[in-house]
Amino acid sequence: MIGMMSCREVSELASQGLDRKLGAGERFALGLHFRICRNCARFNRQLELLRRALQRLPDEVTGPREGVQST
Amino acid sequence: MSNENDFQGELGSHRPYLLRYANLQLRNAAVAEDTVQDTLLAALKGEQRYAGRSAIRTWLVGILKHKIVDAIRKQSRETTLASDPGDSDRSEFDHLFKADGHWQESAAEWGSPERSFDHKEFFRVLEECLAKLPKRTAQVFMMREHLGTPTDEICKVLEITPTHCWVLLYRARMSLRACLQQKWFAGARP
Ligand SMILES: [Zn+2]
Repeated sequence: MIGMMSCREVSELASQGLDRKLGAGERFALGLHFRICRNCARFNRQLELLRRALQRLPDEVTGPREGVQST
Repeated sequence: MSNENDFQGELGSHRPYLLRYANLQLRNAAVAEDTVQDTLLAALKGEQRYAGRSAIRTWLVGILKHKIVDAIRKQSRETTLASDPGDSDRSEFDHLFKADGHWQESAAEWGSPERSFDHKEFFRVLEECLAKLPKRTAQVFMMREHLGTPTDEICKVLEITPTHCWVLLYRARMSLRACLQQKWFAGARP
């Protein structure tokens, strides 16, 4: 029952949405749920922040070295 | 164009960065060391194909990524049952949800990414949280999020099913989310 997804199911599907192409029905159900459930909408934004943070990780930790010349 | 010694020196100067990168992925200092060594050797042999000094680190990371995936594949073959215990078990998240599937606690507003990304400390905390993940979970997660490997390729490399893969990724995200909430968003940052 796609209209009756629980927050738990939504959290799993939102995570999968980062790893596979969701079907139209799945995307619709997620969007609908996000509109009425603040917690899941926030959860989804947290996942996005996490993804972006990971993409920047090693650069942030070591600092850019592009301009450094060997001695 | 620089002579060969300069080029070697230049490659060597990226070594600490590459090591750090490999360690984040592999969680094994010796394997990371080997992987970086292979990368630098491959880079040295392929010197002609490198054009443009400014992108040298990007070029090296490109080589390193392949070596890392190879190393993970090898590790996975060698340790036949490389899975963390309870790999497909989702009961560990039961405490986060009520019986009807609603959240136990309301999710916190983390604000815009930039508000956290502007702080070096945030990334240190993130690394701390990553270190707490079970090894295999962390490898899958880093391959996916950091190397940007498509899920089906991760499945092939580790010889696991897509469903299994999604569970591991879900677990990693849930765990990192809780850890960041506790160590970063609930504390120093609003
Ligand atoms: Zn919800």
